[in-house]
Amino acid sequence: MSGANRIPGAGRLTPAKTARFFFDGKSYAALEGDTVASALLANGVHLVGRSFKYHRPRGIVSAGAEEPNALIGVERDAARKQPNVRATVQDVFDGMKVISQNRWPSLAFDVGAVNNILAPFFAAGFYYKTFMWPKQAWKHVYEPQIRAAAGLGVSPTEDDTDHYSSRYAHCDVLVIGAGVAGLSAALAAAKTGARVIICDEQPEVGGALHYDKSVTIDGQDGFTWAQATAAKLARMENVKVLPRTTAFGYYAQNFVGLNERVTEHLAKPDRKLPRERLWQVRAKRVIIATGAIERHMVFANNDRPGIMLASAARTFLNHFGVAVGKKVGVYTANDSAYEAAFDLKRAGVTIAAIVDSREQPGEGVLTEARSLGIEVLTGHGVVDTGGKLRISSMSVARNGGGAARKIAIDALLMSAGWTPSVHMFSQSRGKVAYDNETQRFLPGTYAQDCLSVGACNGTNDLQATIEESLAAGELMSNASGFTASEKLALQGANAFAWTGGMAGAAEGAGPDTTVKAFIDFQNDVCAKDIRLAVREGMHSIEHIKRFTTNGMATDQGKLSNIHGLAIAAETLGREIPKVGLTTFRAPYTPVTFGTLINHSRGDLFDPTRKTPMHALEEAQGAVFEDVGQWKRAWYYPRAGEDMHQAVNRECKTVRDVAGIFDASTLGKIEVVGPDAAQFLNLIYTNSWDTLKAGRCRYGIMLREDGFVYDDGVVGRMAEDRFHVTTTTGGAARVMNHMEDYLQTEFPHLNVWLTSATEQWAVIAVQGPKAREIIAPLVEGIDLSNEAFPHMSVREGRICGVPTRLFRMSFTGELGFEVNVPADFGPAIWEAIRAEAEPLGACTYGTETMHVLRAEKGYIIVGQDTDGTVTPDDASLGWAVGKKKPDFVGIRGLRRPDLVADGRKQLVGLLTKDPTVVLEEGAQIVADPNQALPMTMIGHVTSAYWSENCGRSIALALVAGGKAKIGQTLYVPMPDKTIAVEVSDMVFFDKEGGRING
Amino acid sequence: MLLIYCPYCEEERSELEFRQAGDAHIARPTNMTEMTDEEFEAFFFLRDNVKGLTFERWRHLNGCGRFFNAARDTVSDKFLTTYKAGLPKPDLSTLRPATEATVETYEATESDAK
Repeated sequence: MSGANRIPGAGRLTPAKTARFFFDGKSYAALEGDTVASALLANGVHLVGRSFKYHRPRGIVSAGAEEPNALIGVERDAARKQPNVRATVQDVFDGMKVISQNRWPSLAFDVGAVNNILAPFFAAGFYYKTFMWPKQAWKHVYEPQIRAAAGLGVSPTEDDTDHYSSRYAHCDVLVIGAGVAGLSAALAAAKTGARVIICDEQPEVGGALHYDKSVTIDGQDGFTWAQATAAKLARMENVKVLPRTTAFGYYAQNFVGLNERVTEHLAKPDRKLPRERLWQVRAKRVIIATGAIERHMVFANNDRPGIMLASAARTFLNHFGVAVGKKVGVYTANDSAYEAAFDLKRAGVTIAAIVDSREQPGEGVLTEARSLGIEVLTGHGVVDTGGKLRISSMSVARNGGGAARKIAIDALLMSAGWTPSVHMFSQSRGKVAYDNETQRFLPGTYAQDCLSVGACNGTNDLQATIEESLAAGELMSNASGFTASEKLALQGANAFAWTGGMAGAAEGAGPDTTVKAFIDFQNDVCAKDIRLAVREGMHSIEHIKRFTTNGMATDQGKLSNIHGLAIAAETLGREIPKVGLTTFRAPYTPVTFGTLINHSRGDLFDPTRKTPMHALEEAQGAVFEDVGQWKRAWYYPRAGEDMHQAVNRECKTVRDVAGIFDASTLGKIEVVGPDAAQFLNLIYTNSWDTLKAGRCRYGIMLREDGFVYDDGVVGRMAEDRFHVTTTTGGAARVMNHMEDYLQTEFPHLNVWLTSATEQWAVIAVQGPKAREIIAPLVEGIDLSNEAFPHMSVREGRICGVPTRLFRMSFTGELGFEVNVPADFGPAIWEAIRAEAEPLGACTYGTETMHVLRAEKGYIIVGQDTDGTVTPDDASLGWAVGKKKPDFVGIRGLRRPDLVADGRKQLVGLLTKDPTVVLEEGAQIVADPNQALPMTMIGHVTSAYWSENCGRSIALALVAGGKAKIGQTLYVPMPDKTIAVEVSDMVFFDKEGGRING
Repeated sequence: MLLIYCPYCEEERSELEFRQAGDAHIARPTNMTEMTDEEFEAFFFLRDNVKGLTFERWRHLNGCGRFFNAARDTVSDKFLTTYKAGLPKPDLSTLRPATEATVETYEATESDAK
């Protein structure tokens, strides 16, 4: 037996297919196809949660995505825990562990329920008004306390072990929703040959056919027709049917996000399958067939477990075979609830009474109720309910007052009418329009190429829905360039046409009352809270929403919106359309972060770039650092060495013998063409006309505002060909910068730019023995100082491989940079190592490279400059061509502020205590004893221990720095103040003789 | 995510392939060194940041790599048209909408269908 409230013969589940699950540790029986909600109800469990603010006992209100109360935690294991799952949409699987939320110590006895007694103190806006002072208390007392008490559910603490996938899809027609309307539209569209995707959030298509058993289409039972139609569509090659897939967001140009739940319903999912799949669909046309959501009635204590939407009770009975109670009351302002009573009555459930707020219900349902012997109280209201953890009675009174009659019940069904689901339409930026006659917001002005059909378009009648949907399917296909060969027709029939509906507070919950008549169950917002918000001056519906939290969180206006709006309008004395509707936001229902992130996590979060020699460096024991997307060898520790020891050894070795460095990450751009030199003249501050082929020059590039943008060595390979290098991090933006000017400002220049960063492996060989190391390997290049001076480039061969060999140095030592085609990098690296190591040379990493260049006062753009540094500030004024008529930044450089005195300039710093290494980023002051806050005159940009100098060295940007050379400044740190002397930027080999070997 | 028509590739591609590149039709003066501070300020720093129709530069970065110009409405976020760099501002009154006419109301299309 799968629950005492299961009615034999009712519903569409198979009695033989059972499953067991646990709710708060207790085992329950279920049937395959049950949702957690239907299975709990089958076992007579209505109490499933506690409300957010007052901790009131709450039960299952709906049978779908609009569920505000039944939020549960689902646990598969320690890592796979999902909080805030709506019990009405989660399938039961065998062995499933479900836990209730927002209660302590237990669901039936919750300490937090004291909030309900203290409710008068927790009026709307309570937080805003109460926790105002003392100011400090917010940070240290109020916020931590509120945060601890707030929130529903608990996040898992371990990394998610599931994986998620992502797909892009294109189609001619996307149909959102697979009820009668969606299926009809998809059918008509598919027949034209258009590519169709149809999705529905439920496991099975059918929408309202889940509960409305009276529907037949072409003489067939409605739900059966829906399944057959979906199967037919799925067999068509041009159609994709996606059940368990929610369209959660509608973005620009018919770009719609779908969330497909692939394994959520499986007991033991194949771990190869993604848990969820994100579909990013670009549709030529979209048909919105999202149906309507039934509203609850707003009356005193309308939130007890056992009180639910009439259509939900009908779904539980007709689809899941579950009776939600034994003696059921109905409170309605709309005909549809009658049909729930009829279905339950026919299934053997006692209907205590139908209470109808209207004097005149629909003729058809009234007659049927009478013939079934159901008591109907028209012009009456439910003015209160009884029961602690489940409803036990309703108090019914004639509209306008009079004695209340208490009727014992164990469930109460309600319906205030139907709210068209305009969420998708509204998200598409369509403007809704208020329909006075039916008191509904309906799609008005469309902003995108979409159409709404069926209940979400305000179409009530079944046959009208079918015809409208078939027409829309065909129309949208035509618009995408497809035509139908035959007209489709379907004949639908159902039992009753529905009339009625109301918005706002019902009998006994009006403006003069203080009862708890909830409009938003999830956020604990009552009718009186809306009125309070208006009284306190919130006149815009957007303000009212934020003040009361009405319609926030997962609700997004599904249940609460219209009631809240109606009450606000009434209190403001304005008409509903004048008050306006809050904006519907994506996502329609919550989407897991896993789905949105899908593959982009861990190693796949961002591309990793590795140099051709990476594996060799790794094998050698290099420690790597991240430089943008690059992995760069940071240092090469030997046995027993820490980072400092390794770096000190590498630094010393390079200057004493030689070192080998992987410089492949340097940006490289090939600039070619008859106007190449002219182009570089405009891009760099330097002059390039005078550079002869075979020679190199250090170039500086500015932005138009005059600040240093990038730097690097440029070699002239031929009259019309330059080998440009950029900083590692600047490669892409420099390329963009050059392309921008070439394409848009200097299009008259005949120049081609090609990124060559990854085409060349670059091996720097630096140090006194550099020439000795490469000489045996190089062919066709005279390496002597005379034939191949510093800042030259030659083409030749190394180990038989073509090379562009640069004579250049970023260490101040005799140096070469061997460029070879990337694939030969590892072989040449090994060949050079084999020559170098017997001589006592070593490989070195980026840390040593940084120290060595700082010893020579060579700047790193982006470390020693920050986008506010001019060439002059960095003592690089010599690189700016004084006679040039134009270059990018020429005018910016002359701005008054850029030539003013007192600019921050790059200088060296020597700590008075040579063993103290400054911290990069530390602030510099002139007088350490001045009052706080001190006047800061600069900051440290680079600081290292220099083994070669036998002391610490640093570079810093200091206001008027060059004039302060020789002066003492101070670097205040949390524990001490460090005295420093300002110096020039060259700490080692000031004469610069070593560069010539 | 928008679809943007690249005037060089002559097709609509996903926004992911493009990068915005600031206001369009601001030519770099040829007499840079003769500009007054005020003129340089106007050229380099001052932008209108309009609400509504704006002309801006885009680059088909992860595509053909070309810079081009676009007329875009900053309120609706819609591209009215795109055109090659160097061409003058198009006359928007004569412009065909960048995409086919948007369906205005259900009623309008319903009557079409019938």
